[in-house]
Amino acid sequence: MSTAQAHVTAAEIAELNKPKRDGKYWAGSIAGIVGMAFIIIYCILPFYWMIVSSLRLPSDGRSTDFVPNPASIENYVAVFAPQNMFGQAVLNSLIVSTTTTVLTLLFGILAAYALARLRFAAKGIVLSIIIACSMFPGITLVIPLFKLFSGNYPGFEWLNWMNTYQALVIPTLSFGLPLCVWNLTAFFRQLPVELEQAAMVDGCTPGQAFAKVILPLAAPGVFTTAIITFIAVWNDYMIALQFGTTPEMYTSVVALSKFTGQYGYDTPWGTIMAAGVLITVPLLVAVLIFQRRIVAGLTAGGVK
Amino acid sequence: MADSSATTNKKKNPLSDGQGTLAALLISPTMAVILFVVGIPILMSLRESVFRKNSGIDPATGMVAQGESFVGLQNFTDIFANPTLVTGNWGTIDRLLNSFLNTTWFTIICVLFETALGVAMALIMAKAFRGKGLVRAAILVPWAIPTVVSAKMWGLIFDADGVMNKVIGHQILWLADGPQSQWAIIIADVWKTAPFIGLLTLAGLQTIPAEVYEAAKVDGASAWQQFTRITLPMVKPALVVAVLFRTLDTMRMFDLPAAMIGFGKYYVETVSVLAYVENNNLRYGSAAAYSIILFIYIVFVAFLFVRLLGADVVGDEEVKAIAAQRKRQKAAAKAAGTKAALAKSTVTSGSASS
Amino acid sequence: MTQPRTTRRVIAAALSVGALLATAACSSGTAASPAASGSASAATGANWDETGPITYAQGKDTSGNLKAQIDQWNKENPNEQVTFRELSDNADEQRSEMIKRAQAKSGEFTVMSVDVVWTSEFAANGWLTELPADKFNTTGFLKAAVDSATYFNKLYAMPSSSDGALLYYRKDLLDKAGVQAPTTWDEMQQACDKVLPGQSGMSCYGGQFQKYEGLTCNFAEAVNSAGGAILGEDGKPTVNSAEAVAGLTWMQNGFKSGMIPKEAITWKEEESRQAFQTGKILFLRNWPYVYNLASAKDSKVAGKFDVAPIPGKTGPGVSTLGGHSYGISAFAKNKGTAMKWINWMLRPENQKDQLLKASSAPVLESLYSDPELVAKFGYLPTLLKSIQNAKPRPKAVAYGDVTLAIQDAAYAPLNDVRKSPQTALDDLQAKLTTLIK
Repeated sequence: MSTAQAHVTAAEIAELNKPKRDGKYWAGSIAGIVGMAFIIIYCILPFYWMIVSSLRLPSDGRSTDFVPNPASIENYVAVFAPQNMFGQAVLNSLIVSTTTTVLTLLFGILAAYALARLRFAAKGIVLSIIIACSMFPGITLVIPLFKLFSGNYPGFEWLNWMNTYQALVIPTLSFGLPLCVWNLTAFFRQLPVELEQAAMVDGCTPGQAFAKVILPLAAPGVFTTAIITFIAVWNDYMIALQFGTTPEMYTSVVALSKFTGQYGYDTPWGTIMAAGVLITVPLLVAVLIFQRRIVAGLTAGGVK
Repeated sequence: MADSSATTNKKKNPLSDGQGTLAALLISPTMAVILFVVGIPILMSLRESVFRKNSGIDPATGMVAQGESFVGLQNFTDIFANPTLVTGNWGTIDRLLNSFLNTTWFTIICVLFETALGVAMALIMAKAFRGKGLVRAAILVPWAIPTVVSAKMWGLIFDADGVMNKVIGHQILWLADGPQSQWAIIIADVWKTAPFIGLLTLAGLQTIPAEVYEAAKVDGASAWQQFTRITLPMVKPALVVAVLFRTLDTMRMFDLPAAMIGFGKYYVETVSVLAYVENNNLRYGSAAAYSIILFIYIVFVAFLFVRLLGADVVGDEEVKAIAAQRKRQKAAAKAAGTKAALAKSTVTSGSASS
Repeated sequence: MTQPRTTRRVIAAALSVGALLATAACSSGTAASPAASGSASAATGANWDETGPITYAQGKDTSGNLKAQIDQWNKENPNEQVTFRELSDNADEQRSEMIKRAQAKSGEFTVMSVDVVWTSEFAANGWLTELPADKFNTTGFLKAAVDSATYFNKLYAMPSSSDGALLYYRKDLLDKAGVQAPTTWDEMQQACDKVLPGQSGMSCYGGQFQKYEGLTCNFAEAVNSAGGAILGEDGKPTVNSAEAVAGLTWMQNGFKSGMIPKEAITWKEEESRQAFQTGKILFLRNWPYVYNLASAKDSKVAGKFDVAPIPGKTGPGVSTLGGHSYGISAFAKNKGTAMKWINWMLRPENQKDQLLKASSAPVLESLYSDPELVAKFGYLPTLLKSIQNAKPRPKAVAYGDVTLAIQDAAYAPLNDVRKSPQTALDDLQAKLTTLIK
């Protein structure tokens, strides 16, 4: 401990000896610190309000005190009141998000590899279709899919899927898959093609080259894509709302939007905020742990 | 076209052997899913958009006529022929036109603010030598909060007796229909997405070598000149793609107006919201027509981005190479006055990766 | 040589992916129990002898009393179980859940709690079963409630609860100033002129003026209380009559003069209730649910307020009728059980229970003078007057369009007091004429 401190001090002294620190330098660094502080406050403050609002008494829902007075965890208890079935909703969110993420990765890795590495006709068309998917207004897809899944469309009666997990997962692929293919294609492209060529010179088939050389190298990218897809699916509202209509099939975001208070007309702000915190915090923890990877992944994909 | 190029390049590149089949196999699961969850709904929407649910009421029993009838393009032409007039920010105009203008307005303003704020954030973060991790963590908070949760959160903040009015010390009725509710949405949207553009820009900034700036300093360039002549051009490719995706996303905005301000508020009604409302009122035909119009609009804007700003959306060297080659050949063919050159079309070989 | 092998492997991989998807789909399919969806045809002659399990759908049961009642029924009728499907508290969402199923001709909801304003839409589209008089007895029910469940002279739903507006006022302040509860708008203004100078930060009156269904109710009350009507006796719109304009002008003047606080333009039921309970307004127009909350221990106005019928232009005002009824889906099975259960739910003792435990206003007129109930709920006689005098909102198949048109017209002059009520109502008259044929 003491040696480390000594080390730091020495380094600081060395830096102090540098003649660079004039007034301009200080102005710049103060501006930098102010700027950083601004960014942090900007990003955190509204979220702070959510936390504060969740820690009030349920009857103080619309209070504007900057700290909860008195503080209470009653709202958090209320979130888990049996009639809300919030535990089930979180479980549903986990099931839907995980399944969708795994499926998009399975399909997406194959497609992304082909798009990044192989040479074939209509590649431009395939890429365009995948991009076009991410341009689609969700509402355009949801309305017809609802008719299909109601088992009411002539010729598609077998698709009676309302309130099943596949009805929540499969439509979600419509935005999960383009996102995933997009990100992974960018990752695969970054990997030097020479590696595969070297592997093939050593006698690997393209498939082996992919499995043994490319996939391990792309693992960080795959992982990042998985997190980004997971979060996108976890946060989806429109699809989950349309195809899961019983409390047993609500996802956590939908369950939150359906919270009601102790009596008619009541909007339980505190409970909603508490549930919001509960839904968001696991994501935030994951995001904080993997922030470097996520930033890298977002940068590579440039999507959403 | 690429097939022929693949065969001609067979010997040069071991990766290109019969790749069409393999690629088709690899891509088919994805395309099958997309066909099912996107293709079929689009076809159904297109069909829906030329039909209209019957609405005549039998005067004796009061029963509504069942079924739907084919109306051709009437769901589209009614926007002009039979407008539903509403009064919002743009005067008294057709409801779809109003929501169309709102969508455009939100897109322009939100993306403008997001980009300006995002770039500023990126510049600050690039300058900082300490606490970068902290800022990066903070910046992911708005991104990770579900939009619906964020809409509820901002709804509470913008309450007539809410904390926003307390802080600014003046009562603005953010949630009443009016220009102020537009700004409530813009603030909430910019909050969520500006940090994101900041992150993407930061990544672009970090690829600029420090020597470039030092050289500029030696040449006596001012800070502003450095920003406009070096920084902006160098981050432009990353920024343009980020802005493009944000633009397309904002054009589909639904959650914020619907969950924060409510339905039937003409100052904030976007095309997505209107399509939802139409659907809710059992007018599936016009709901489908409106969402198709929105999609065409989005594709058009994406096209503009690619053409005018050169957004590299596809990002594939090979596709680009083929396009460039064909362009060159066309030009050459024109110049030579013969089409024979086209027949021998080949593509310069090279790895697909950059 | 390498090519075919790779291809084969890729096919195998693709197949296994497909298989995975299939198993995932199957296993999750069994996990979720698809609700029983009857595919019964929407026959005109309903089978009232078919019995068996049914599902009842309504908004949140915040008191839990409904669940208790259903439990009791299920205990007594093991072969005719009722499953309660609790929907969102938001009326629009309840409606869209019901419509979605009706569109899909699904009988998943056997019995639905239908808001009074949805009756026409649901009945006209053939989503509700017509209820024969020999099976469903409405004797002793509030006339207005039965009317609201009737479409083209046929009963399509059984009224289950009613609702009418009340004027809540600060009795303590009025007594101190020596004024009576007002019966007209002018009297209310005079009461405010006397009381308010001594009360800083207090405004005179509040209601629900946010742009949603509550505004339609408040607007209809103003119009009816000024002697106008949205639709005339013959069902034709009369909304730009001098009386109707006077009603909207009164609301607008309230905002202009500050009688109604500016922020009330964002108020729904809860915001206005909280404003009353925190002493921001002297008079409040709201539903009966406020009574219990404002009397609760933690309320600042407990024991300091009372209720009166809402005031009007020249005499007592006209409330807008609210409430729900039980409708039976045209596509559902086991209508016999549905009939028995509905009639069981509407027994006087069950309605009394609903009022005592869930403060839901009964549809049996005699309960409003029940001594035990009146002792507990002092507002009951006032509410009965309000409901007996109440007028329904326009009956329209396209009610969603009608109410939005009304809200457009009412909201604009309140949100921007420079706009003329006359112009707004002329526009509304034209719109309603095309919407209601």
